[in-house]
Amino acid sequence: MKIRVLVRPKSGILDPQGEAVRRALPALGFGGVKTVHIGRLVEMEVESADEIESMCHRLLANPTIEEYEWEVLS
Amino acid sequence: MRVGVTVFPGSNCERDALFAIERAGALPVELWHADGDLRSVDAVVVPGGFSYGDYLRPGAIARFSKVMTTLEDFAKDGGPILGICNGFQVLTEACLLPGALLRNVGMRFLCCSVTLRVETIKTPWTSLFEPSDRLVLPVAHNEGNYFADPWTLDELEAEGRVVLRYLDNPNGSSNDIAGICNAERNVVGIMPHPERFSDLTLGSVEGLKVFESVLSFVGTRV
Repeated sequence: MKIRVLVRPKSGILDPQGEAVRRALPALGFGGVKTVHIGRLVEMEVESADEIESMCHRLLANPTIEEYEWEVLS
Repeated sequence: MRVGVTVFPGSNCERDALFAIERAGALPVELWHADGDLRSVDAVVVPGGFSYGDYLRPGAIARFSKVMTTLEDFAKDGGPILGICNGFQVLTEACLLPGALLRNVGMRFLCCSVTLRVETIKTPWTSLFEPSDRLVLPVAHNEGNYFADPWTLDELEAEGRVVLRYLDNPNGSSNDIAGICNAERNVVGIMPHPERFSDLTLGSVEGLKVFESVLSFVGTRV
């Protein structure tokens, strides 16, 4: 089965990448962008979803600074 | 006395660390990441670099290497461990130290010398300093912005576990923190590179005292 994991900085954690992009967008003429947050997308093919939660907690995300969510794609 | 230096694929400061350990008067010992044997060392340095290419997050993959499993037991037994730069990141990922290191606030890789204050001499790696000593050391990092939740920061401050503090914060680090230790005080992580200031041809010998400290500490403990 295919799994998609989304990892993003926890709210309140400084996200300098997102902030740099937010400031760059108006320079290209895009107005009205209030916030930008940048995370990470992980797509995996696995035999079972049983251990996805543990994979996220132990390796794919750092729970100190990041939150994650995952879904079964197919 | 034997001081080990872990070597991961992508470590790039291990030779400098081995050199500094030898200059301080100990026998430097390389510890390959795939070996679980610490080769009877008295202390361990986890050096800087880009272990496993910094893939996923700096230090995230290195923490699951064989040598780190052994190092966790070494830490529990009170063995002195110093993580420098990427080594600090590895130790936080391994939960041997609290918090995490985020991207620098300015989004730039920093490569410069910084002035630091020694905040505690009650660690194996700062035992020869005087409290509030000023120290100039090089930094070279992209993720050196120390983060911990407010409760952890309060605890670090209350227990005197901030080891080094920037006088002029270069990266946005919480409470100007450049280095911390664990509750038992044997595991220390710092962003600056003392091994790079361990010979006058490199510009300074100010960093050598970090390695001399652990020698003195282990010497008096035995």
